[in-house]
Amino acid sequence: MAVSGILLVLFLVAHMAGNLHVFEGREEMNEYAHGLRTLGEPLLPHESILWILRIGLIACAVVHIWSAVVLTRRALQARPVRYASKKPAKGESRHAVATMRWGAIVVFLFIIWHLLDLTFRTVNPVKDVPDAYGAVIATFSPERWPVTVFYLLALFALFFHLRHGIWSAVQTIAGPDTKWRKRTQAIGLFVALIIVLGFAIVPISVTFGLVN
Amino acid sequence: MSTDFYREGAPALDTKAPAGPIAERWEKRRFSGRLVNPANRRKLRVIVVGTGLAGASAAATLGELGYRVANYCFQDSSRRAHSIAAQGGINAAKNYRNDGDSVHRLFYDTVKGGDFRSRESNVHRLAEVSTEIIDQCVAQGVPFAREYGGLLDNRSFGGAQVSRTFYARGQTGQQLLLGAYQALQRQVAAGTVDLHTRHEMLELIIVEGKARGIVVRDLVTGEISTELADAVVLATGGYGNVYFLSTNAMGCNVTAGWRAHRKGAYFANPCYTQIHPTCIPQSGEHQSKLTLMSESLRNDGRVWVPKKKGDDRHPADIPEDERDYYLERRYPAFGNLVPRDIASRAAKVVCDEGHGVGPGGLGVYLDFAGAIERLGKKAVEAKYGNLFDMYERITGENPYERPMRIYPAVHYTMGGLWVDYDLSSNIPGLFVTGEANFSDHGANRLGASALMQGLSDGYFVLPNTISDYLADGPFDALDETHEDVVAARKDVDDRISFFLNNDGDRTVDSFHRELGKIMWEYCGMERTDEGLRKAIGLIRGLKEEFYRRVKVTGKAEALNQELEKAGRVADFLELGELMCIDALHRTESCGGHFRAESQTEDGEAKRDDDNFSYVAAWEYGEDAPVLHKEALEFEYVKPTQRSYK
Amino acid sequence: MKLSLRIWRQPDAQAPGEMVSYEIDEVSEDASFLEMLDVLNERLISEGDDPVAFDHDCREGICGACSLVIDGQPHGPQAATTTCQLHMRKFKDGDSIDIEPYRAGAFPVIKDLVVDRSAFDRIIQAGGYISAPTGTAPDAHAVPIPKQDADAAFSAAACIGCGACVAACPNGSGMLFMGAKVTHLSLMPQGQPERATRVLGMVAAHDDAGFGGCTNTGECAAACPKEIGLDVIGKLNRDFRKAAVRAA
Repeated sequence: MAVSGILLVLFLVAHMAGNLHVFEGREEMNEYAHGLRTLGEPLLPHESILWILRIGLIACAVVHIWSAVVLTRRALQARPVRYASKKPAKGESRHAVATMRWGAIVVFLFIIWHLLDLTFRTVNPVKDVPDAYGAVIATFSPERWPVTVFYLLALFALFFHLRHGIWSAVQTIAGPDTKWRKRTQAIGLFVALIIVLGFAIVPISVTFGLVN
Repeated sequence: MSTDFYREGAPALDTKAPAGPIAERWEKRRFSGRLVNPANRRKLRVIVVGTGLAGASAAATLGELGYRVANYCFQDSSRRAHSIAAQGGINAAKNYRNDGDSVHRLFYDTVKGGDFRSRESNVHRLAEVSTEIIDQCVAQGVPFAREYGGLLDNRSFGGAQVSRTFYARGQTGQQLLLGAYQALQRQVAAGTVDLHTRHEMLELIIVEGKARGIVVRDLVTGEISTELADAVVLATGGYGNVYFLSTNAMGCNVTAGWRAHRKGAYFANPCYTQIHPTCIPQSGEHQSKLTLMSESLRNDGRVWVPKKKGDDRHPADIPEDERDYYLERRYPAFGNLVPRDIASRAAKVVCDEGHGVGPGGLGVYLDFAGAIERLGKKAVEAKYGNLFDMYERITGENPYERPMRIYPAVHYTMGGLWVDYDLSSNIPGLFVTGEANFSDHGANRLGASALMQGLSDGYFVLPNTISDYLADGPFDALDETHEDVVAARKDVDDRISFFLNNDGDRTVDSFHRELGKIMWEYCGMERTDEGLRKAIGLIRGLKEEFYRRVKVTGKAEALNQELEKAGRVADFLELGELMCIDALHRTESCGGHFRAESQTEDGEAKRDDDNFSYVAAWEYGEDAPVLHKEALEFEYVKPTQRSYK
Repeated sequence: MKLSLRIWRQPDAQAPGEMVSYEIDEVSEDASFLEMLDVLNERLISEGDDPVAFDHDCREGICGACSLVIDGQPHGPQAATTTCQLHMRKFKDGDSIDIEPYRAGAFPVIKDLVVDRSAFDRIIQAGGYISAPTGTAPDAHAVPIPKQDADAAFSAAACIGCGACVAACPNGSGMLFMGAKVTHLSLMPQGQPERATRVLGMVAAHDDAGFGGCTNTGECAAACPKEIGLDVIGKLNRDFRKAAVRAA
């Protein structure tokens, strides 16, 4: 859970940084997208590095989801009878109790949409794969505002997921003492904010016409 | 005299203590006692009842030695025995402080502190073994308090003039018990100890004069079963709950010991009870127990009451010259650090005179204002923070701003089943350790000595002495169809069915509370001939009413907490009567036993060494108990009047 | 004060249970929570009903016997306080209070509010000790231990084994209990030789007992009456990782 989670966070950081090319204009954005496919060429065949990364990413996602399912099933078995009265959580990561598992489902559904939209273009008006820039502009265009809302909603879920997930992963792997645990929690919050804001700025800019 | 209440039997039981110089006796006994070949130990079964310091340490050690041990406790886990609640510390004659401590000094202090009513041989052994206990506990990982250099910290405790008390914040008992608990669990995992939690011993099985087993009730299923063995060890704690309100845990009871007593084991010095001076006063009728505040508080707190009777001003509004720091006034040398029995009675005296504070005037102030001024609030918080928090949780008052109110409460019982030097009762094969026996504290126990005795008995004394008895084993094989086993079991069944079928209308607790009030009033901090006679009459009447009117709901074949309590209170009623008879017959004052008729001109306890320098060992009798006297001899510490002035 | 209680009643382990309502009057605010239940039980017995069974013993917050989930919170609303030390002045006249047993598959209900916590003992049996048979110890001063280690070990060892951590954890995990013992023993020099086998054994026993996995929500530490912190879980994780890597 922790290791796959950390790798996925690293992917998110890279993905988020790459997205910011959209502000440089169509040419730079598409060149970046093209660069990903031709990474390692001419030494390696076309898209080979990209596929290695994709396979790694898919493996991380599978391991992450599988771990979550195992943990959730164990949790359900560990408490076969629920409490009749509920009180709000009081722990250091109290938000996680309510947001981690539901948030994960929202993020998962979003990823499926996101792949169909901007990777496979099944639901995107721009079918021309090399035109990444065009696809982004098209999907977040003002008249398709529900797409933007869904995107932002997913980011909201992702924020809570990362806010807990980052320090939780460090806690599991490294086991910091109290001082470092507090620092890790702060760093986790900071990274989560950066990632989510970095992602959010693209659809917002497009929808409000700042980029076109 | 009070011979209408008891008969006198043959004196002098053999204590089996070796003769010779006192410092060599334990060594001598260890050598003279027979050993059991390691291969034969596997064939010997020992039952240990109780998992407190004395029980867990004995069970673990016997398991390590290779005996087959069956260990029982009524709690849901062996870690919860009431030793866990001991706060202050454990004494050991390590002399790490180079302040003049030695085995002999600890021995001397303990004999004197016990008001010359304990056995010199036993106490000396306790002092010798004390140093090994600390080594053992450190090796187990007990996190004692340490100094910055990494070595163990010590403090002076309970009126001792040397720093010999080892401690783990205010939770020394907890840490020592967890050490013993972990050692025990290790043996459970190794298969040498069968541990039965939520089981209560209800009868002792004696076959051909030897203790051969116990009858137990599984508190979850209600099933009655028997456990047979070559020897039985009772480590079942004290009987302070006879007073209903005490600092003991709710479950503490005398049943195991009392059942053994009814089967012939002598009960020694039952009237020696320790009333601890620093407890939180009672707040109302609903009260179920009293909470102790560690004695260490008296190191920095000053005890006082208003000089004016019935003064109900806020304590901060009472000026210095209208306060009576009565301990400092009466005992200038020891001041607030006088031993427990003296501090308790002094509190009773000022409250009886009408100077008491709080509800019912049953409380005195323990004031930290001076300490906070001198050391700063931070330092006081570091030392006593957890105790202050506990006080505030219970009373709703903040002790940093308002002095604590304290009052004495029953805390420990020095009396218990009679044992010889080997910790064997007068029934062969029945051994008794820890607070359940009577042996080492005399008429008054010094602070930080209970943990020492429990662990001394369990880790070091019993495992060495029991082998002399077991060397004769394994004894004849027994099975559950033996007539004595069947009879013991039937007694238990009959008692249970009596309670469940009695057509009564009063709860068990109501009887227990009433018994407690009688005991506290007439057999508490101050006892008189007249009061004790009255108490005996009242207890007999209450006992008769109990069997007529007690109401127990539920059934036998299930968890039934009322049924558990009923059996315990039935035994407390009988014990209470014996305590009063013992207190009545002992017309002297000594230690925790203060007879109003026997006091010096200035109100201190006055012993009568000519007539009472003996252990009163009581044999059970259907009509009246029989008194056997074991004379006490003092070769090394000559009895003197204790003075803390 | 007057209170409305809803208490989980279950005659035995097999029978189904339900929340049953009771009204109770004239409760003293100086009474402890368990004394309030004592008063209720006295009444139930006089009315010929079965009293409510609950575990309790020392009633001074150290034995760990008392449990109860009060209004959804193990040991009730007051921080750093066991049920037996919770006093009625924390409640208001007219309050309704829900009282339930700890809910965990590893802690099956025996009757009413009484649960079986022997799984904790099995975790200790699997390694929560230092092997030091009686009589083998060197002098207590043979190995100095830095004060800060001894103090930290003590803080972890202050665990009373009550199980509130499990009751509070949304996953029903016993990691805080286990982490407290691992931390205590691995901070002591005497605990080093068995450090790796201890943590592997205890974690295996924990998982076998049916406790859930830890997702670091921190509910355990918030519920702990002895204020044991999440750092003990960190330490447990670290020790486990090292031991598992070495064993692999």
